[in-house]
Amino acid sequence: MFDYETLRLIWWVLLGTLLIGFALTDGFDLGVAALLPFVGRTDAERRMVINAIGPTWEGNQVWFIVGGAAIFAAWPFVYAISFSGFYLAMFLVLAALILRPVGFKYRSKRPDAAWRSRWDWALFVGGFVPALVFGVAVGNVLSGAPFRLDSDLRAFFDGSFLGLFTPFTLLCGLLSVAMLVLHGSAWLAIKVEHGAVHDRARKFGTIAGLASLALFAAGWAFVAYGDIGYRIVGAIDPSGPSNPLRTTSELARGGWLANYGLYPWMMIAPVLGFGGAALALFGIRRGSESAAFAGSSASALGIIATVGLSMFPFILPSSIDSHSSLTVWNASSSAKTLGIMLFVTVVLLPIVIAYTAWAYKVMFGRVTTQEVATNPDFY
Amino acid sequence: MDLGVIDLSRLQFALTALYHFLFVPLTLGLSMMLVIMEAVYVMTDRPIWRVITRFWGRIFAINFVLGVATGLTMEFQFGTNWSYFSHYVGDIFGAPLAIEGLMAFFLEATFVGLMFFGWERLSKLGHMFVTFMVALGTNLSALWILVANGWMQNPTGAEFNTDTMRMEVSDFGAVLFNPIAQAKFVHTVSAGYVCASVVVLGISAFWLLKGRYTAVARRSMTVAAAFGLAGSLSVVVLGDESGYALTDNQKMKLAAIEAAWHTAPAPAGLTLFGLPNVAARETRYEVQVPWVLGVIATRSLDKEVTGMSELVLKAQERITSGVIAYDAVQHLKVDRTDVAQRARFEAHKRDLGYALLLKRHVADPRMASPQLVAATAWDVVPNVPLMFWSFRIMAFIGFFMIALFGAAFVLTSLRMHTQTRWFLKLAVIAIPLPWIAIELGWMLAEIGRQPWAIEGVLPTFLAASSLTRGVLWTTIIGFTAIYGTLAVIEVRLILATIRKGPFEHDEDPQPAPGPIPAAAITA
Repeated sequence: MFDYETLRLIWWVLLGTLLIGFALTDGFDLGVAALLPFVGRTDAERRMVINAIGPTWEGNQVWFIVGGAAIFAAWPFVYAISFSGFYLAMFLVLAALILRPVGFKYRSKRPDAAWRSRWDWALFVGGFVPALVFGVAVGNVLSGAPFRLDSDLRAFFDGSFLGLFTPFTLLCGLLSVAMLVLHGSAWLAIKVEHGAVHDRARKFGTIAGLASLALFAAGWAFVAYGDIGYRIVGAIDPSGPSNPLRTTSELARGGWLANYGLYPWMMIAPVLGFGGAALALFGIRRGSESAAFAGSSASALGIIATVGLSMFPFILPSSIDSHSSLTVWNASSSAKTLGIMLFVTVVLLPIVIAYTAWAYKVMFGRVTTQEVATNPDFY
Repeated sequence: MDLGVIDLSRLQFALTALYHFLFVPLTLGLSMMLVIMEAVYVMTDRPIWRVITRFWGRIFAINFVLGVATGLTMEFQFGTNWSYFSHYVGDIFGAPLAIEGLMAFFLEATFVGLMFFGWERLSKLGHMFVTFMVALGTNLSALWILVANGWMQNPTGAEFNTDTMRMEVSDFGAVLFNPIAQAKFVHTVSAGYVCASVVVLGISAFWLLKGRYTAVARRSMTVAAAFGLAGSLSVVVLGDESGYALTDNQKMKLAAIEAAWHTAPAPAGLTLFGLPNVAARETRYEVQVPWVLGVIATRSLDKEVTGMSELVLKAQERITSGVIAYDAVQHLKVDRTDVAQRARFEAHKRDLGYALLLKRHVADPRMASPQLVAATAWDVVPNVPLMFWSFRIMAFIGFFMIALFGAAFVLTSLRMHTQTRWFLKLAVIAIPLPWIAIELGWMLAEIGRQPWAIEGVLPTFLAASSLTRGVLWTTIIGFTAIYGTLAVIEVRLILATIRKGPFEHDEDPQPAPGPIPAAAITA
C-alpha cells in the first residue's frame, strides 16, 4: 500500500501522536497529582482533587503503556536502547507510577489521617517524579546518549545514572513539570466547583504558565547557542534496511535548528508552544476555563512537536559513536510489520477515542463538596 | 556475557512476572463473574444481587489496581532488562503487545473507571454493559499476551534477516493463529476463572460457617459453583494438552515433565511417580500407567513419545548445521551480495539459533570442537526434577479443583450447601491452591523453555541487556521492597473488606431477623 519510506514517516508521526496523546490526557493527571498536597489543604479538598481525575485517569495512563508498546512494535531499536540505557531513570519512573493506581484506590479505604496523608504524598511522587524524569529523558535524547552498537547490533552503554542530570537536561525536566502542572491546573479549574481549591488551582496555574514560557525560551536559547545538535554525514537511504551501522552522524552545534531553515512551516510547533501557554495564562486570568485548557493543551502539543521536528530525522543520537545513532530511516521495524500495525491502529484508535469521549461525557460536570461527602463510590 | 548479570536479570523477571501473575488470574475470573452477577441483577431486578455485585466489585477493585501497577513494570521490562531480545525479535514480538494495548488495555481501563464511578450515573443496563466491557478487555489482554508468549514457545511466521541482524515477520497470520498460543489462552483464562471461583466460594463458605451475610453468601456460592465447575473442567481437559508434539522444545518439555530419558516403545506409559536422577540420567522407582501418555500426547497408539537422549542427539545435529549458518552470517555482514554465502545461509538458517548456544562456552561458535558441540547439546535439557514435580503438583490441584467444584455443584443443586460444614471448611482451606497451581504452571512454561528465550532462535543468556550487577541489585531490591509493602497492604485491605461485609456502603435489602453479630460491625 505504502512504500517503506512513507511507512517510516507515518510511524514517526504516530509515535509523536501517542506521546502527545499521553501528555494531553495522562499529562493533566500527573500535573494534578503533583499539585495534590498544595491545592487541597483538608481531606475534603484533597478528595475533591482526587475525584476530579479518579474516574478517567486509568484510561489516560494507557496512552503511556501503548506508547511503550508501539515503540517496541514500530521502533524496536529505540525501545531496546533507550529503556536499557536509561535503566535506573526508567526504574524511578515505574516505581513512582506504581504508586498511582494503589494510591487512588487505597487512600479512601481507611479514614485515619496519617494513612491518607501518606497516600497523598505517594500520589504527589507518582505525579511529580515521572513528569520530571520524562523531561530529563527528553533532554538526554536531545543531548545524545552514550551508547554504541557492535556488529551483532547489541547495545553497550558508557553512561551513569548521575550523568543523566546536566544543567540542560534538568532545565528540560523542569519545563516538563511546568507544562504538566499548567495542564493539570487548567483541568482542575474545569472540573472542581468554585471555591478554595479552584482558586488555588488558578494561582498555581499562573505560576506554571509563566515558568513554562521562561523555561521553553531558555531551552530554545540553549539549543541555538549551546554545544548541542547532530547531523547526518553522507547519503541517506530512506528505504534501506534498519541497521544503524550504515549511517554516519556527527556532533553539529546548532544542528537542531537546521530543519527550521529547510522547512519554515515547522515554526508552527514552537509558536504553539509559546502561544498556547500565553493563551492558558489569559484564560486563567479571565476565568475562561475552556481557553485555559485549550491553551495548556496547545502548549504541550507544541513543545513536544518542537522536540520531534528539531531532531528529525534523528530519534536517538549516540554521543560516543558515529555509527550508532538511531534515525527514522535506520531504526524501524520491517515494512511488513509497520504496515500491519498501521492497519491495526487505523481501525482501533478511532474506536478508543469514541468510547473515551463517551466515558468523559458520562462523568461530565464539576465535582462538588456535596457529592464528595455523600457518594459512596467516590475515592 | 557476564552470567551473573543473566541470572539476576532472570531473577528479576521471574519475581516481577510471578508477582504480577498473583493478581491477573483473579482479575480475569472475577470480571466475568461480576458480569454474571450483574446480569442476574438486571434480569431479576432484586436488590440483593446489586449488593452482591457491588461487594465483589470492591474485592475486584483492590486486586485490579495491583494488577495494573505491576503490569506497568512488565510492559517496559523487555526493553530495560532484555534489550537484545527486544532488538532481535521486536519486529514480531512487539506487535501483539501493541495490539494488546490498543484493543484490550484501553477498553478495560476506560470502562473500569465507569464501573467504579458509574453506579449513580448509568442505567442498570448501561452499567452492566460497562462491566461486560471490562471483562472483555481483561480477557482480550490475556489473548494478546499469550499470542506473544506462544510465539516465544513456537516462533512461526518469522525469518532471520542478515541485513538487520534480527528476526522479521514473514507470515503474521501464523503468529496470530499459532496453535500453542491458542491452547495457552484457553488454559490460562480457564485457570483465572477457577481462581476467582475458589475465592468467591471460599469467602462465601467462611461467612456461612460464621452465620453472617447468609443471603449474599449462599447466592454467591451458587455462581461460584457453576462457573468454577465449567472453569476447572476446561482448564484440565482443554488445557495444555495440544502442542506438545509440535516443536523440538515442546517435545523436550513433555519428556522433562515425564522424566523420559529415552524414547519408549509406543504407546508410552504415563509416569505417576518416580525420582528423576539428573546425574545418572534415569528415573528411579517409576510407577507407570501403560499407554496413557502415548494416547494423550500423540492421539494414537503407534506414535512414539521422544525421549530426552534422542532429542539431545537431534540438537547436536542442529548445532553443527547452525554453525554453518553462523559462518555464512559473518561473511554476509562484510559483503551482503556474496551469493555463495547467501546460499549456505539459506540452507542452514533454521538452525542458526542452535549455533548461538555455543556462545555460552566459546566466543566464536566456529571454534567449537566436536566434543564441545556434543556437550553443549545437553544444554537443551531443562531442569528435569523441577519440571517433573511442578507438573505433578499442578495437575493434582487441577483434579482436586474438579472434585471441589463437582461437590459444590451437587450441593448447591440440592440446596445443601449452607449446612454441609465439612464442605464449607474445605472450601475455605482451598483458597490458596489455585495460586500455587497457576504459579507452577507459569514456571513450567518458562523454565521448560530454557535454555531458550525464543525456542530454537535466541538463547536466554544472549537476550539480556548489557547492565551491571550493581544496578540489577538496586532494582531487584527496589521492586521487592515496593511489591512487598503493597502485598501486605493489599491483603489487609481485602481482609478488612471481607470483615466489613457486603453492607458497608449498601443497605441490606433483607435485614436478618436477629441482631447482626457484633464482630461484623466492629472492624
